[in-house]
Amino acid sequence: MATKRTTEKKVALTGGFAVGEALRQINPDVMAVYPITPQTPIVEAFAKKVADGLADTEIIKVESEHSAMSACIGASASGARVMTASSSQGIMYMMEVIPVAAAMHLPIVMVVANRAISGTINIHNDHSDAMAMRDFGWVQIFSESVQEAYDDVFLSLKLAEKVSLPVAPNLDGFFITHTVENMTLLSDETVKKFVGEYQPKNYLFNFSEPVTFGPLTLPDSYMDIREELYQTMKKVPETFREITREFAEISGREYDFVEKYKLEGAEKVIVAMGSIAGTIKEAIDNLEKKGIKVGLLKIKMFRPFPYKEVAEALREAKDVVVMDKNLSMGAKQVLEGDVFQAVGDKKKIRSVVYGLGGRDVFVKEIEELIGG
Amino acid sequence: MDIKLNTQEKVSPMTTCAGCPIGLVARTVLNSVEGPVVVTGATGCMEVTSTIYPNTSWKVPYIHSVFANAGATISGIETAWRAMAKKGKVQVEENPRFIAFAGDGGSYDIGLQALSGALERGHDFLYVVYDNEGYMNTGHQRSGATPIGSNTETTPAGKESIGKAVRRKDLMQIVVAHRPAYAATANIGFLSDFERKVKKALATKGPTFILVFSPCVPLWKYQESQTINIARLGTETNFWPLYEYEEGKYKLNYRPKKKIPVEEFYKTQGRFKHLFKREDKEEIFANIQKINDQEWQRVLELCGENIVGKDK
Repeated sequence: MATKRTTEKKVALTGGFAVGEALRQINPDVMAVYPITPQTPIVEAFAKKVADGLADTEIIKVESEHSAMSACIGASASGARVMTASSSQGIMYMMEVIPVAAAMHLPIVMVVANRAISGTINIHNDHSDAMAMRDFGWVQIFSESVQEAYDDVFLSLKLAEKVSLPVAPNLDGFFITHTVENMTLLSDETVKKFVGEYQPKNYLFNFSEPVTFGPLTLPDSYMDIREELYQTMKKVPETFREITREFAEISGREYDFVEKYKLEGAEKVIVAMGSIAGTIKEAIDNLEKKGIKVGLLKIKMFRPFPYKEVAEALREAKDVVVMDKNLSMGAKQVLEGDVFQAVGDKKKIRSVVYGLGGRDVFVKEIEELIGG
Repeated sequence: MDIKLNTQEKVSPMTTCAGCPIGLVARTVLNSVEGPVVVTGATGCMEVTSTIYPNTSWKVPYIHSVFANAGATISGIETAWRAMAKKGKVQVEENPRFIAFAGDGGSYDIGLQALSGALERGHDFLYVVYDNEGYMNTGHQRSGATPIGSNTETTPAGKESIGKAVRRKDLMQIVVAHRPAYAATANIGFLSDFERKVKKALATKGPTFILVFSPCVPLWKYQESQTINIARLGTETNFWPLYEYEEGKYKLNYRPKKKIPVEEFYKTQGRFKHLFKREDKEEIFANIQKINDQEWQRVLELCGENIVGKDK
């Protein structure tokens, strides 16, 4: 294993640049992109690599996000390997076609640089955009760090093509996209071997077996087709586990549906996802020194939601704080609700909404939240 | 007309209303293609009448995504071909054509942005609009293509309403402003001219566009047998001029032998029936005729045929 990693490179990169580098290493056939902060560093980094001849992806500079996802759908249905990236209003603008990509079983990877949703405009981070697209058959995974954001691009692509579903790896806008961290790059050769070549099953360029995508489905068929998509989502976890195992072999980095940090025996547990996990880990370490035992359950795979793993991980917990980085109006919060569904009413669940529109959360605040 | 039926149809009959010409639009376009073709369709009459699951009328690769994105979908498909050809993932010699079909709603209105983007980026495709002057699939509402005076569900005629109060937009000119490789108006009642234009567009590299006049029985309200006659009358009254644009130059394709008032076209359809019962009928038709004359005059000027005196 160690010998395989001799070509790895330790570098300090922003999340945006690291994801751009992952895209270069994958060299997808087509990308269709429209600029939006904080997704732009990803696309800029990649466009420069294409301009310098380091990748030969065809980039369609579309006139809107609606067209970005639409062009991705056309290209992916044709049989091409297709990727894109967006954020916030971009996700909302393409929302009409987001379910179409899933319904057609197209393995499009869309990197989402999470950002707040407008009402009053805000370009900073929260998870409202990801929450808006959660019910349509897209696999959604969240990263904590630049390293994880980089690794997630490869995991997402391989997963998408294996399960024939679109996948959105999420990285927090600014907190990850624009922040420099030490990380390790895989070698081009390792990446190439890991992602392999895409072999589409049904595709438009198969002229000898013409297919019709996106038919009109009436009440006699629509519900069955939705059910079929639901069942396909159920196959995701098993495949994800195979892929993460393979990835651990080439990278030494292990990923699972959830990450448990000092969770063993902890009665106080925080459940969260995204970059806040780093802050929480520091708070947990500080509290530990004071003799207060707290654990973190980090959700990596958000959709499909790992109910079983969450229930198991929280088995010994008594005080569970679920941190949502979005505000669901007129209802319980999304992650709070998901955790409740996993554990039932056997636990005391407290809901905390934090960091909307990029508001900072400090280590001390986390300590106060659960250390008392 | 000398039309030979092709026995190797690339698209089977659709479940359209009686008298609907959109199956003919699809057939005329696809039967002009030699070799492989990929088709995308915007949501609309052609799409819902050709893809009722588990059946499909399309014997060629076909994709429908949503209403607003035919231009973007065909951009993705065409780009995928170039990308995969470059990497040796497809048989370059197959050299497929890429065709988008959309109605007037999906082109003049909700799909205009996607069409504009695709034209500006210079993709190699043919975009065909079957223009039936309204939203028919949803039950006959006005669109940007609906002419002044039309009684539609969203512009109902009444004591205080002549129906649609404003003129239609000129999509051909909007498209030409993008400087496409080729653009033309066509008419389902002038089938040979339409077919020639399709062949021309398919043989031209870059973005090409054809706007086909396609009467609709339920909205326009006429006898099913009259589709072609009414379509032809549209051009004979200069309501639907036939012209094309190529390399910066316009060409007029048909000049009516005599000037027929546009009222004659309006008379044939129930959607305009209310106009004829109004007290201010003469004033209304004077205005409609004025708009018609202005538009015709503009087409003549563009085509370098600015000789009004020759109109008898």
